[in-house]
Amino acid sequence: MIFSIVVTGAPYSSQAADSALRYCKSLLKLEHQIHRIFFYADGVHNASELAVPPQDETNIPSEWAQLAEQHKLDMVVCIAAAVRRGVLDENEAGRYEKNSHNLTPPFVLSGLGQLVEAGIVSDRVVTFGA
Amino acid sequence: MSDTKKSFLIINRKAPYGCSAARDALDVALTISVFEQPLSLLFMDDAVLQLLPAQNPAGIGQKNLSANLAMLEMYDIDQLHVCSEALQQRGLRAEDIELNINLLDRSGIATLIKQHDQVLSF
Repeated sequence: MIFSIVVTGAPYSSQAADSALRYCKSLLKLEHQIHRIFFYADGVHNASELAVPPQDETNIPSEWAQLAEQHKLDMVVCIAAAVRRGVLDENEAGRYEKNSHNLTPPFVLSGLGQLVEAGIVSDRVVTFGA
Repeated sequence: MSDTKKSFLIINRKAPYGCSAARDALDVALTISVFEQPLSLLFMDDAVLQLLPAQNPAGIGQKNLSANLAMLEMYDIDQLHVCSEALQQRGLRAEDIELNINLLDRSGIATLIKQHDQVLSF
């Protein structure tokens, strides 16, 4: 089955991000296909390269990045939600004349159309919210 | 644009201000309509407060949401479903809402969810 996942909770604030991560790992283990993981609202903080959790806690942004690299997952962060909350890639940092950027590769910034397209293409869309 | 059609249901559960959920849901609704996919909106719990007229959130530095909700019809989003229990619990009547709504009880909500391909909750 083809799944897409929506994450609207920030890591370390709610269980949403951690649950979504575990859910994705289970889907892959069961050999389902993940079309896209879409990060929206406070979920954009999952893509911050600058998160530094204590060593005995899961580093959620880097876990996402590793999982995506391993399984070639498409991880899209809503651009409007992200720039508002200070999650920028190099391009946006340039556009808004900021001297730094913090989007972890392979996360990419894109629009809400990517969420709708995921809904059209997937058999199931599962939302993890705060 | 894709040729395939999927019916979408957006479930709103949060009050209009205090968190970004209402605005986030509305932005997704407008995007779904741009993709010309069938869409229904369901308002449950505190989200029924999103539908009240004469909102004035300027004092808390927020943009008014009700104007955008009135715009939904212009985008052909006319399937607005409201949980009747949520209205009752908050002392509201269907007449308090100046939009064209469809009241649903619990079993009606279950049927509505079943009728849609994709459900997004905010």
